[in-house]
Amino acid sequence: MSVLSKLREIAVCLRAGMVTLPYPFEPRPAPERFRGRPIFDGAKCIGCAGCANNCPAREILVADPSQEVRIIKYLGLRCTYCGRCADLCPEQAITMSRDYETATDNVRDLQQHLEIFMGTCTRCGRCFKEPSPLEQMKLKGYRHDDLEHDRWVYASRPFLNGDSVVRDIDIEVEW
Amino acid sequence: MNLKRLCQQAFKRSIWVYHANSGGCNGCDIEVLNVLTPYYDVERFGIKLVGSPRHADVMLCQGPASRATARALRAAYDAMPAPKLVFAVGNCACGGGIWHDTYGVIGPVDRVIPVDYYIPGCPPRPEAIIFGVAVALGMVDKKVAPVTFKQLQMPIPRYHPADLRRDGEIVVYEKAEHL
Repeated sequence: MSVLSKLREIAVCLRAGMVTLPYPFEPRPAPERFRGRPIFDGAKCIGCAGCANNCPAREILVADPSQEVRIIKYLGLRCTYCGRCADLCPEQAITMSRDYETATDNVRDLQQHLEIFMGTCTRCGRCFKEPSPLEQMKLKGYRHDDLEHDRWVYASRPFLNGDSVVRDIDIEVEW
Repeated sequence: MNLKRLCQQAFKRSIWVYHANSGGCNGCDIEVLNVLTPYYDVERFGIKLVGSPRHADVMLCQGPASRATARALRAAYDAMPAPKLVFAVGNCACGGGIWHDTYGVIGPVDRVIPVDYYIPGCPPRPEAIIFGVAVALGMVDKKVAPVTFKQLQMPIPRYHPADLRRDGEIVVYEKAEHL
C-alpha cells in the first residue's frame, strides 16, 4: 500500500513537471515594465539638479566646486527606484534600467558620479544671471552637499557651522 | 578575496540563514520567503531558514536599524557563531531607507553591525537575493562597478579678452571662426 502510494506520488510529480527556475546559472531578465536602478547619462545632463531636489530618499548629491563645474553624485544606497528623477529630467538623461543584479560587497560600487560643465554665457564666459533670486537658486542649485562623506546637507540649516550634519548625528545606543 | 576564500571553506556544505527584521515594512521579508518557494528553490543549494541566530551562518538583515531594535540586532549578531556573514537586504538595510534621518531611525544596518554584502532593491527581486548569495559563495561575479563621468572639455569655447580685436567700429572675436 505504501509502495503504491509512493508510486502514485511519483506519477503525480512526473505529470506536474519541474517549476524551479535554473536562475543563477541562466539569466532571467526582468519584466518589461520593471524599474531597476537608474542610469545617469552624463552626456545629456544639463546639471539642473531637479533630480536632486525631488529625490524622496535624498540620494542624489549636488556640489559646485567651482563656478562652471557641477558634480552630481548618485549614491544608490537607499534609492527606492521610484523613477521620479527619470520622470522629471528635462533632457531624459536618466533612464530606469531593468538591471536588478546589483548585489555587491562594497557599497561604493553603486555610486554614479557626474562632473559636468554648467552652461555659461558665450560672450562673458560666466554663468547666466537669472532675473529673480528664486530662479537663480533653482538653476544654480542652492544645495552644496558633502561628497566626501556621502551625505546631503539641509537647504535650511538647523545647526551651526561647526556642527556635524545629518548622517553624523550621534545617537547613543545602550548596548 | 580573503573573505571569499573563507566563505568557500566555511560554507562548503550548506548555509543556514537567520532572518532579522529590525523595523522594515515586511516587503523584503516576503521576498526572502519567496526565495524558499519551489520556484526559486534555494534549498537545492542547502540554504535553509532557521529560527535562531545560534544555528545560523548568515544573517539577512532587513529594515533600518531603528532605535528600538538596534540593541536586539546587535545581540542577535553576537549570538551567531563565527564565521558569520551579514547580508543587508533591501534599501533600508543598505542605506537607511526613506526615513533615514528621522528620530526613530539610527540609519543603515552597518552602523550597528558589520555588513559583508549589500543587496539593494525596494524590495529586491528574489533573483537579486539569490544573486547576492551566489556572489557571496563565489558562484558568479558581481556585475556593478562605480561609474564616473567627467566632461574633459568645456562644451562652449571660453571667452578671453586677448582674442578680441578692434576692427574699425566693431569688435571682432577671433576664435569665433573655430566654433
